Amino acid sequence: MSEQQYAPGTHPDLKPPIGQSGLLFWFRKNLFSSPFNTLLTLTTLYVLYLVIPAATNWAFFDAVFVADSREHCRELGQGACWAFIDNRIEQFTYGFYPVDERWRVVLCFALFVLAMLPILWDKTPARRQMLWFSLAFPFIGYWLLVGGYGLEPVETTRFGGFMLTMVIGITGIACSMPIGIALALGRQSDMPIIRWLSTCFIEFIRGVPLITLLFVASTMLNYFLPPGTTFDLILRVLIMVTLFSSAYIAEVVRGGLQAIPKGQGEAADALGLNYGKSMRFIILPQALKISIPGIVNTFIGLFKDTTLVVIIGLLDPLGIGRASLSDIKWAGLAAEVYIFVAFFFFICCFGMSRYSIYLENKLHTGHKR
Amino acid sequence: MKTFTKAALAVAAFGVVAGNAQAGTLQDVMAKGHVQCGISTGVPGFAFTDDAGNWQGFDPAVCQAVAAAIFGDASAVKYTTTTGKTRFTALASGEVDMLARNTTWTFSRDTDLQFEFTGVNYYDGQGFMVSKDLGVSSAKDLDGASVCIQTGTTTELNLADFFRSNGMSYEAVPIETNDEARTNYTAGRCDIYTTDASGLAATRSTLDDPSAHVIMPEIISKEPLGPLVRHGDHQWGDVVRWVLNALITAEELGVTQANVDEMAAGTNNPEINRMLGAEGDLGAMTGLPKDFGHQAIKAVGNYGEIFERFIGPSTPIGLERGLNALWTQGGILYSPPFR
Repeated sequence: MSEQQYAPGTHPDLKPPIGQSGLLFWFRKNLFSSPFNTLLTLTTLYVLYLVIPAATNWAFFDAVFVADSREHCRELGQGACWAFIDNRIEQFTYGFYPVDERWRVVLCFALFVLAMLPILWDKTPARRQMLWFSLAFPFIGYWLLVGGYGLEPVETTRFGGFMLTMVIGITGIACSMPIGIALALGRQSDMPIIRWLSTCFIEFIRGVPLITLLFVASTMLNYFLPPGTTFDLILRVLIMVTLFSSAYIAEVVRGGLQAIPKGQGEAADALGLNYGKSMRFIILPQALKISIPGIVNTFIGLFKDTTLVVIIGLLDPLGIGRASLSDIKWAGLAAEVYIFVAFFFFICCFGMSRYSIYLENKLHTGHKR
Repeated sequence: MKTFTKAALAVAAFGVVAGNAQAGTLQDVMAKGHVQCGISTGVPGFAFTDDAGNWQGFDPAVCQAVAAAIFGDASAVKYTTTTGKTRFTALASGEVDMLARNTTWTFSRDTDLQFEFTGVNYYDGQGFMVSKDLGVSSAKDLDGASVCIQTGTTTELNLADFFRSNGMSYEAVPIETNDEARTNYTAGRCDIYTTDASGLAATRSTLDDPSAHVIMPEIISKEPLGPLVRHGDHQWGDVVRWVLNALITAEELGVTQANVDEMAAGTNNPEINRMLGAEGDLGAMTGLPKDFGHQAIKAVGNYGEIFERFIGPSTPIGLERGLNALWTQGGILYSPPFR
């Protein structure tokens, strides 16, 4: 019997012993490895058996997609009445934006996607030119939504629904990032006044709930201004939301800055880089990279917090839902509204979290294994 | 929250006093070409958006009537949605010209908060809804029941008072919104749901079998709901008051949306003629066009028609006129004469 010879390191993998592979083995190992795990598996299966058929029946098979009132829905089927959402989808999307001008919202959103492309994806064709467009987008977007200069002016009180959520969420996110970084650097600054001001600002804003700031925006601010001047409510809300989230971003970024070894800054000094350059080329790229999960976390929180504006009378999707549910034709379909709105928020937030994972992997340069 | 509101309003009062030195609200409204009306964010029958995205309901109808009286155009209204917490500051700061928003007329709101209630468009009161299966016929039999109640509202205080004064006990099930109440009530987590009777009727209409639930005859509080304006501008207050009165008087005198055009040409009844502008010029006395009553009624119908359209017995809400019937029909709705 001759033994087969292999050069070191080239021996092919042996098959696992019989009974140690395959689907059955996986089941046994992961689902039924002990009496307790078996019990858990069976209970879970039973619960899923109870929930899934009922839920899918309600949401899909017994659901009604076309009807013109709740009564009508009930006649057609016992499941969810998606016809209600279908009927109100325009309201949920645009709020009270004038019907003839809604193309502007759509165009604005399309341009927004175009503007985000070069920022989020570094292989965008003609990225450099596109970035100029991204820089100009806030002004174009404002012009499209609010009007003036040749477009029919639309009051911001007519904003509502998903559009309002996007406006508040995106503006808050876009503006709070630079302000947050500036505040984080300010808090670490050697200059006492800047450091002191940044710290005060951050601590004050973080110490107050967002809802309080929104109340200040909606009720108190009116009285500090001369009577008769009305300062746009949505603008006030945008400012408060931005300030609120920039305080949080500042703390997240500060965490990142503190994780950078002191030697990095000293090495930058030794190379003769001034403050701006050492921050831009050495410190911030590293600090921001490790802050990504925290930053995205803050953004997702901010995006969901935009629903709080319903308390000061702005009609975000939940507010539109409430106003629609008060129509006696449709009253009582709250579950459909909440599930629909939850679905929208899930898509947005899940998208953000997936992007953050992509970014982390892309920037993964060997600090973790 | 209450102290906060008060503080805010104290500052507001100062601003309003300063603001009144300028032109009156009616002139401002005419200059900007629309009435800015504060409404609620959604109460079944009273304020809701229709499928086309327009505000409708018992309360917006008052705003539309005012707009029609001033401009002859019921669509010259812009709505500001206000919540229970922002409504008074929105009015005091001048963000809205009037509120038509399920607001109870109380002493402190009239005096301390410095608003002027220009009438009552719905006499409401807190009631109880129970399932028929419970077999009770009076709220006095509800000892030991569990009650779904919106926390932090006057309904909570009224409930506690009612049960204490009748020597009964209850178990509160706190809820936030009407939908939550409905869910809890349907699931049997509370035996009784208590809120304003109009709200109960609206909630009942959305239950799977409305006829299986009854609203108890006892009404334990007085909730006169009506439109309100700021203190200090009586002309504007008069405008809102007399537009509302015109709607009520129109029902009394048999003027409807359908026959108002015909009647405006002149009738045998001098009061109708004065109200619709065929005789004299009442409108000019408060800065309104001569045919303000005609326009308001033409736009939204008389009080009875509005009631019938949004909350009356033929709607799913199915509220009876009750107290809100005309004084000639057993209710307490009574408008001073147009003279």
